[in-house]
Amino acid sequence: MINKAKKLIKDFGLSEIRAGMKITAKQLTNDKITVQFPEERTPISPRFRGLHALRRYPNGEERCIACKLCEAVCPANAITIESEMREDGTRRTTQYDIDLFKCIFCGFCEEACPVDAIVETHIFDYAFESREGSVIDKKGLLKIGEKHEKAISKARLEDSKYR
Amino acid sequence: MWQGLVDLIHNWIPWFDGGLADVLIILIKGVALILPLIIMMAYMTYAERKVIGYMQLRIGPNRVGPIGLLQPFADVFKMMFKEIIFPSKANIYLFVLAPILAFVPAIAVWAVIPLGQDFFITNLDVSLLYVLAIGSVGVYGIILAGWASNSKYPLLGALRSASLLVSYEIVIGFVAVTVVMTASSVNLNEIVSGQSGGIWNWYWIPLFPMMIVFWISALTETNRAPFDVVEGESEIVGGTHVEYSGMFFALFFMAEYINMIMMATLAVLMFFGGWHSPFEGVPYLEGLFAFVPDMIWLLIKMSFFLFLYLWIRATFPRYRYDQIMRLCWKVFLPLTIVWIMAVALMTQLHIGPWF
Repeated sequence: MINKAKKLIKDFGLSEIRAGMKITAKQLTNDKITVQFPEERTPISPRFRGLHALRRYPNGEERCIACKLCEAVCPANAITIESEMREDGTRRTTQYDIDLFKCIFCGFCEEACPVDAIVETHIFDYAFESREGSVIDKKGLLKIGEKHEKAISKARLEDSKYR
Repeated sequence: MWQGLVDLIHNWIPWFDGGLADVLIILIKGVALILPLIIMMAYMTYAERKVIGYMQLRIGPNRVGPIGLLQPFADVFKMMFKEIIFPSKANIYLFVLAPILAFVPAIAVWAVIPLGQDFFITNLDVSLLYVLAIGSVGVYGIILAGWASNSKYPLLGALRSASLLVSYEIVIGFVAVTVVMTASSVNLNEIVSGQSGGIWNWYWIPLFPMMIVFWISALTETNRAPFDVVEGESEIVGGTHVEYSGMFFALFFMAEYINMIMMATLAVLMFFGGWHSPFEGVPYLEGLFAFVPDMIWLLIKMSFFLFLYLWIRATFPRYRYDQIMRLCWKVFLPLTIVWIMAVALMTQLHIGPWF
């Protein structure tokens, strides 16, 4: 009986409702956690695996020696490589395509590469303007590598002591 | 306020003489009311998104204009350029009529709502009755929209909301009865005048439970969370306006928000002293705030209730349909009837400054 009366008072006093509204009122003035994406970005780990790039040595020579380890290790068969002997007797790729629709960004290619040629950058906000755009060829990959070399080498350096 | 305008028009265009000038005045009055109302409604949507965003630790719209202030206009233009799609087997006449039936009563109600001492369009003797009556017509918009769409979800939404609105209308009617008994008038102007003389003379004290019942019923009546079963996104998508697009949808939307503003205003008029300053009768503060126009006080109180709408929406999950019905028939209705008797008793005993 007393419990019933207590419950009645509690219900008609809207105690639960007031408690709930107190919580939302408190949140109204709290700091907001939204990150304003294009202007602000969340921190990214040096190991982040984003868009691919092919690197060059500081003297301008491309690193990739067409060993095809990345092609072999790729679980999604996203990499296609053709190679030939160059005039100076070294083996180089003539074709190096990555199908970004197939790629699962596992980072195995990067791990397998003996010369750190294929790497995954921190770029994750990219778009294709055509269906074919999803396949990046060697020229495109080298271009990305040239453009972001500073960030790529910095990320490798930061991560080197843990490898 | 209006008299000045009327004189101005008569002096300005003397050859209009009588009839035409009166029509002009009525038109001007209508525009002067509807335009701010629609702008208010537009910014209500902005405030809603912003307030709920803040309560959910988000920022809300902030891309269009400074801190997103132009967002409502962006929405309006988007809506205007959208195609209006008619479902192939819908009843076109009813389909077109429904949003109009939802929107027109929402606007028409404002004809009798006094926003200030002398600031109203008509001083109707039964204005509270008129508000309740015209307010109920809006239900037809929802029912017709649900029926005319010839689609399952709108029909379900319409059925749910129709029975809900009809039930809660009874509660609102009874609450209005207590207010009418306290003020011994059905005229909103006189109801407000009866509350003059400071915060202790407002009707929210003797009618405190009725105020809460009224507010919860107002949430239901305007189909707002946590009672928005008409458009329960999780089960019936958008409810009655699933099939509506473009400006037709916008009309439903505007009707809902204008009804919200109307309910907030009605709550202020009936329980919170309308346009009276809360400092009336307080020795020092009364003089200090004497310069504030009476309409501003009404707008401040109204804004609080509009904020309450958003606050409640941000806090509570949707009620289950049978729970809403139980709340109406088993809790509110007995409570209001008991309180009518209490008010009758208080009237007989002349309690406090209210009776």
